[in-house]
Amino acid sequence: MGDYTADEMMSIAAARALRDGAVCFVGIGLPSTAANLARRTHAPNLVLVYESGTLGAKPAALPLSIGDGILADSADAVIGVPEVFNYWLQSGRIDVGFLGAAQLDRYANINTTVVGRDYHDPVVRLPGAGGAPEIAASCKEVIVVLRQSRRAFVERVDFVTSVGFGSGPGTRERLGLRGAGPTMVITDLGVLEPDPDRLELTLTRLHPGITVEQARAATGWDLAVAATVQQTPPPTPDELAVLRRLGGKKP
Amino acid sequence: MAVIVPLGEAIAGLVRDGDTVALEGFTHLIPFAAGHEIIRQGRRDLTLVRMTPDLIYDQMIGAGCARRLVFSWGGNPGVGSLHRFRDAVENGWPAPLELEEHSHAGMANRYVAGASGLPFAVLRGYAGTDLIGQTPTIKPITCPFTGEALAAVAALNPDVTIVHAQRADASGNVQLWGITGIQKEAVLAAARSLVTVEEVVEEFTDVPGAVVLPAWALTTVSEAPGGAHPSYAQGYSSRDNDFYVAWDAISRDREAFGRWLDEQILGGSDAPPRGGAAGVSA
Repeated sequence: MGDYTADEMMSIAAARALRDGAVCFVGIGLPSTAANLARRTHAPNLVLVYESGTLGAKPAALPLSIGDGILADSADAVIGVPEVFNYWLQSGRIDVGFLGAAQLDRYANINTTVVGRDYHDPVVRLPGAGGAPEIAASCKEVIVVLRQSRRAFVERVDFVTSVGFGSGPGTRERLGLRGAGPTMVITDLGVLEPDPDRLELTLTRLHPGITVEQARAATGWDLAVAATVQQTPPPTPDELAVLRRLGGKKP
Repeated sequence: MAVIVPLGEAIAGLVRDGDTVALEGFTHLIPFAAGHEIIRQGRRDLTLVRMTPDLIYDQMIGAGCARRLVFSWGGNPGVGSLHRFRDAVENGWPAPLELEEHSHAGMANRYVAGASGLPFAVLRGYAGTDLIGQTPTIKPITCPFTGEALAAVAALNPDVTIVHAQRADASGNVQLWGITGIQKEAVLAAARSLVTVEEVVEEFTDVPGAVVLPAWALTTVSEAPGGAHPSYAQGYSSRDNDFYVAWDAISRDREAFGRWLDEQILGGSDAPPRGGAAGVSA
């Protein structure tokens, strides 16, 4: 793997996916790491919105929570929670929503609620929805970041907490979801993108040193592979240095 | 008109067994001291309402105060699980916990409806999610003007809302700033309210972006310096991120949690509870 970890590659690939000037709704953990890395490298004008009501936060260090004081101190504006969700997210003012997941299926539907099919008697009780259902519905596009494994990449999610493409083409339109939905799933192995017609997640990119077989083995469904699979350029020294200065925390 | 009384007296007067109680504060200004006082006074069968249950509800659930939880995200931010919450849901310990589960957008709008004196709020949310099937306080509704399909969520009107703020003045007006979250809506939605404050001052000074809750809209104010710890009060304290990390080990094990509860809360100490070696080690 050279002189960087798979998690570092994942964070850097996620950061690269954010274009300069975009308005980004940031969750804690990997998404926050990636967004802060992007703002310090190629995207200095990236606008970070945290659900605590801190618009345009410019934290000097990675916050542990979405409500650390460092976010409020550095924000363009601090607003109440109803405003965040109603005036800014629901109204369509956010370009990119960054989400994690416990389980994800081939149509990029997300489960963060329960593992196990019985909601009332779960095998594992997960934290729940938070802001994710409406982030997934209303952001112009959604990027999902999570480590790739058979446990996480499942044929069918046990619970749909946040909708990706539902059961395939037409679902988002039928449900009235205004955003385009997930455009990229970035993992520690590569990148999956929805097929333009079928909307099924398809392996389009591999990180350096990773094989198609590894990616397929870490996926709980029969993973589609693009005709041409591109290779992610390895981290630059600058990206790695900035990431490690940020704290390079494990997500 | 708000009365200013000691915290123990405030809780004894406001919170009854079986009440629906909201302790709000979005990461910032979480009213921990008040929650600990509820544990000490042995309240039972509470319906606890809070967008992010956080450590405070993990503690109250583990201590046996709760029968039901209304919430939208139950994790330890940036750390992982709330283990007492999980133990209650997965294993029914120390008692089974009923859940009423929403998204943040849904909870925020439920408080707005409650504060507005409306029976429900409307939002563009939940479409296609399995939350709709599990949560009776989410219903579809059609816009009477455009025909658009939307979600209606029932208003939240707690019996008591408790929040923490930076300060109160001598008349019982309250001033808070920084991340003000959902506190104003939660207070205005409730039948009774308590605001714990870092300090009571003669007169407020202006702070940019501050929210003021007038004394006549509040029931009770109590001075509780450091009462948001391990959360924080902007201008007074910093978030004790180390405690949030240490909580993972304290709460993971029933016995370790029991020791922490005995030593830090039931032992009667008024000092803000600390994590660290004493709480974690056997």
